[in-house]
Amino acid sequence: MAELTRPFPPGDYPVIVIGSGPGGIQVSSSLRALGVEVATITADPGPGGMFRRWPFFQRLLSWTKPHAPVPRGTRAYERYDWNSLLTDDPAARAIQAEFMDGSSYFPSRPEMEANLTEFVVRTGLPIRYDCTWTGTRREDGPAGARFVVETSDGEYGCEALVVAVGVAEPHTPPGVGREHTYHYADVRPADSYAGRRVFIIGKQNSGFELASGLLPWACQLVLASPSATRLSVDTRSLVGVRARYVQPFEDHVLGGGVAILDASIDRIEPTGAGTFLVSVRRSDGGADLTVEVDDVISATGFVCPLVDLPELGVTTFGASRLPAQTPWWESQTVPGISFAGTIGQGAKGLGKHGMPSNSGAVHGARYNARVLAAHLASTRFGVSLPRPVLAADGLVDYIATELTEAPELWHQKGYLARAVTRDPALGLGLVDDGVQPLTHLLDDHAADGVAFTLEADGSGAIYPVLYVQVDGRRTEVTVDPDPLLRYDTPAARAAIASAVAPLLGGVAGR
Amino acid sequence: MAGREELVDAIAGFGLFADLASPQLVRIVHTFEEVAYADGERVLRQGLSGSAFHVIVDGEAIIVVDGDERARLGRGDFFGEVSILLGEAPIADVVAVRPLRCLVLAGPAVEAFLVDHPRVMYRMLQAQARRLRAANRWRS
Repeated sequence: MAELTRPFPPGDYPVIVIGSGPGGIQVSSSLRALGVEVATITADPGPGGMFRRWPFFQRLLSWTKPHAPVPRGTRAYERYDWNSLLTDDPAARAIQAEFMDGSSYFPSRPEMEANLTEFVVRTGLPIRYDCTWTGTRREDGPAGARFVVETSDGEYGCEALVVAVGVAEPHTPPGVGREHTYHYADVRPADSYAGRRVFIIGKQNSGFELASGLLPWACQLVLASPSATRLSVDTRSLVGVRARYVQPFEDHVLGGGVAILDASIDRIEPTGAGTFLVSVRRSDGGADLTVEVDDVISATGFVCPLVDLPELGVTTFGASRLPAQTPWWESQTVPGISFAGTIGQGAKGLGKHGMPSNSGAVHGARYNARVLAAHLASTRFGVSLPRPVLAADGLVDYIATELTEAPELWHQKGYLARAVTRDPALGLGLVDDGVQPLTHLLDDHAADGVAFTLEADGSGAIYPVLYVQVDGRRTEVTVDPDPLLRYDTPAARAAIASAVAPLLGGVAGR
Repeated sequence: MAGREELVDAIAGFGLFADLASPQLVRIVHTFEEVAYADGERVLRQGLSGSAFHVIVDGEAIIVVDGDERARLGRGDFFGEVSILLGEAPIADVVAVRPLRCLVLAGPAVEAFLVDHPRVMYRMLQAQARRLRAANRWRS
């Protein structure tokens, strides 16, 4: 019976999306909204991706504020809701808050899974579950490249392949006795660590999440990695350990018994008595150490489960083996293969002042996926995207309102931007070209106009930046930060008006 | 794709890091971020604020001022430090001319890094002295 009701039997489709986590769901939903036929397949038995299992201690790092300064369900509310997916369907917007019990503004893992499942139900998004991707072929024909996706259910052909399988494969670097360790993904229930000495390799969020959860159980915790611990409240970005997991750090600096070392692992040896000796080489100039512990856990991260894409020519980089991507999340080396969800971190963006994108989290990746869907629809499937005409005398108001409310700009600071372009077909009138990758707008967008976004520089300030291009010459204009983060004030409007004045000077009829 | 262990081996041969022992090299690989750029992709942009310090691990890049190619950089070379040290936007574009892999340190982190690693600062100073000498020869 199941086979009769499962969508997307093997065959040819314009787009194949692999994955049913937030990234796969969002890009599939956005493509369908634009009228592009897409077959979504996944190895999982239901929607949710990594949130079907993790975080280990069952509470997210990303918040949703049930009570925000703007009404729930509006576009502006998305700034306060990091976890709901995006749709124009009012019944399926801002779902996450409906599934929270008020005990925290960080949803629990089951609440997040329920949010994602409900989005699929309310939008009627068809997904073929229990269909495992096993291999990929590229076939070059007269109409260009085509991809064949081999699965446990048979072969799927497509013109465009979107891979949204997460950074989900546990990874432990080889060598130095790592076979005596086990990964974050294999940690036992917390109470089984009662009275034990636990060594955690890795000082990113996953390491500190484990340490936080084990504080009431383990009698000693040691965390080690070569570089110094960074805290998000210090970097004023998502770089570093998030505030929720800082408790082990405080325990360490107040002498409570948690040890945090800047050191690399030299070797791990079993003692023969069920314990392990972990020898470390300090990278902070201190003397080398050996510690005896009962458990050694590798919180060394995850890599992308790309199956055979590297053999197909998809180049990867970095510790997570992210595919190298263009600003539009397409493989740099195999055109036609794009990435959605957390893998989109491989499209780095400008990284101005060292500020990363939020592409590794749902609240950033969901906008990337929507922008990617529009890009694929327009460039590959002939879909005309709306280009509303803007009146010159309304431009400052429009920019001021967007800079105050636009969730795309607030969540993807310095990464996504809105483009307003002079259109020669309109006598150099202005059209809204929507939200696009800022890197593309700066490097490959020849038309005069203004691209604007919000940016941060690590000082704690969040401020608008306008990139104004007139007669091919670009000027970067920064608006002073507002302490209440409103950019529709008289002062901000004056700064915006001054920035775009050279552009408006050339608009016909003005 | 190189693991971090291979990256440590790669940068151990670079002049900039020639005085560092293995634990310090490991720390650098964990402190810097590895970034991949496509052939033709811009890495630094003339006149754009907020740039970063780059060390080339693999590949080649060109320095372009007002559209003219001025120099070519390869494995072990570094760029971006001048604008960071002066607190100004870069005065050149840097563009990948084939797939490029760099270790990248954000501008705001560079001062603390150099103060913590005086031997790297000394090597950087040597490289700057060579560039200054070359520029002076070119002028005379």
